Amino acid sequence: MRGHGRSAAPAGAPRADGLTVHRSSSVKKVVVYSFLMMFALVYVYPFVVQVVTSFKTNADAVDHPLDLLPDPFTVAAFHRLAETDFSLWFRNSVIVSLLVTAGRIFFCSLAGYALARLSFRGRNAVFTALLAVMAVPGIVLLIPKFLVLNYIHMYNTFPALFVPLLVDAAGVFIMKQFFESIPVSIEEAARIDGASVFRIYWSIVLPMAKPALITLTILSFQGSWNELGHFIIATNDPSLYTLTRGLAQLTSGGLGSGQQFPIKMAAALLMTIPTALVFIVFQRFFTQGANAGAEKG
Amino acid sequence: MLVILGLFLVLPILMALWVSVSDWTGRGSPFSSNVGFVGTENYRQLLTEDGLSRQDFMTSMRNTFYYVVGVVPLQTGLALWLAVIVNQKFLKGRTFFRTAFYFPSVVSSVAISLVFLFLFTGTGAVNQGLSAIGIDGPVWFSDSRGLVHLALDWLGVWNSDAPPSSLAGTDVLGLSMWEWLAGPSVAMSAIMVQVIWTTAGTFMLMFLAALQDLPAEVEEAALVDGASRWGVFRNVTVPHLRPTILLVVTLGIIGTWQVFDQVYVMTNGGPAKTTLTPAFLSYQAAFLNQQWGQGAAIAFILFALIFFLTSLQRFVLRDKDEAARKKALRIQRRRARAGVTA
Repeated sequence: MRGHGRSAAPAGAPRADGLTVHRSSSVKKVVVYSFLMMFALVYVYPFVVQVVTSFKTNADAVDHPLDLLPDPFTVAAFHRLAETDFSLWFRNSVIVSLLVTAGRIFFCSLAGYALARLSFRGRNAVFTALLAVMAVPGIVLLIPKFLVLNYIHMYNTFPALFVPLLVDAAGVFIMKQFFESIPVSIEEAARIDGASVFRIYWSIVLPMAKPALITLTILSFQGSWNELGHFIIATNDPSLYTLTRGLAQLTSGGLGSGQQFPIKMAAALLMTIPTALVFIVFQRFFTQGANAGAEKG
Repeated sequence: MLVILGLFLVLPILMALWVSVSDWTGRGSPFSSNVGFVGTENYRQLLTEDGLSRQDFMTSMRNTFYYVVGVVPLQTGLALWLAVIVNQKFLKGRTFFRTAFYFPSVVSSVAISLVFLFLFTGTGAVNQGLSAIGIDGPVWFSDSRGLVHLALDWLGVWNSDAPPSSLAGTDVLGLSMWEWLAGPSVAMSAIMVQVIWTTAGTFMLMFLAALQDLPAEVEEAALVDGASRWGVFRNVTVPHLRPTILLVVTLGIIGTWQVFDQVYVMTNGGPAKTTLTPAFLSYQAAFLNQQWGQGAAIAFILFALIFFLTSLQRFVLRDKDEAARKKALRIQRRRARAGVTA
């Protein structure tokens, strides 16, 4: 749909430009561009401050928060950060995010395929249940999730961090929608040739679903990397803290006296880099992911 | 996979329902025989009985109400506005702007909260910026004064140091009218600014996708027919975007009532409980104060509220033409049926 919209735009462009010439277009352009630059500044500036401040001394950060040049330039904040459990949190976050991403790719695509293609008893009931689950606000589930983890004695173990996140209703939904958009005829040809259901799924459907899988990968990685609520209720053992949990702790006096903003900014920076990299590489798919959400309604 | 889904979603909700009507304190299993059934006691303490529990809960409802009322329209408006501007045909560097506006949406709320804590400190970047234009900025995250209190004080309607006794003396649901009317505190406003800033990008993308489905010819035809730019926007573009606006507002309401991360990282509910939210209060009651029944009860009330609000909003903003058409059709059919029988 977006592709269509974009290709339609250049076709209409000359006429639109022809029209805007009458309406003092240069004034309008200046207005639009200056608004945009202003907003871009508002959006980019906090990240610039974050980067710059992480190379400042604490005194410099407090006295000159707006200055874009650290004076003096120092990497002391990163050294201080290395003395905390930061690397432990980072490692935990990486492991959890990778496991969650792998799990969601596997389970969500499998479940999505089953819902889209296989006819089994209670399929509609399962799909309705899926929609119902998606409608439950996540924050409401924090206590219920803890109760189950506690009940099955998983609380405060490493698996508690990722097992409950392995399947995600929205992911199943995205995959189901995508599989339904693939023509059935291809699969039927394979079935006539004698391929099993799993074989059809693995060798034919999954390779075709690459765009949806990439979207799912990005959403899963970003979602689990940025998750906070679940990690709060799944453990209270500092050796199981992830980045989000660990950094949230930094604000409540984990750094000794003073505000120590350069250390916090350095931590926030290091935490943002992986998401930023994924974002830059897969930008195209990010926008698709955001619009996949639009289809829910 | 359905087992995992069931194990971690359906069963937990049933367990939490039980906990919300029990007096479990977090020790041992909530299903052991020494955990008592207390009926609606936890809910009553939150809703009808005078006491600290209700006072805190109502405070959190007040805070979040102002938060939602402030954030949802502003983030929707900002997102729509950004989308319309970024969608201008002559625009160069569209990708850059789109990326810049969307990027905060993919960054961890914890990282952004850390940055905003720094930007909004007493001597921070925001206040230095404000002082450059002659405004003496507040100490954002320690300032519990309500915006409505401040605004009406400034207008001379009342004096915040000596609140009118008609308001301060009237109690409604455990809070005085004076406290109900406080508005979002200065600290809460800073969180609101952060959330609007963060989420507008996501919604901008939704609006952009919808705008690109609107054929350029339609808008041009209206312009050729002599409609003004504003007229085209109001009578052509906005009606076309109606489903998207409905979606964005719905998602906005669902999201904002759940606000938790920012409170957990930045304020812990303070100053003076003015950034307490139901989600955070639920966490606090259960995990920190070991009042699990109450924590679970808050979660269920919040759930019911979100469910009610989104249904209500769907009903109010439903497509009225569509509803009218259906009604006309029903009447027609009924008449036809009556005609047949007669």
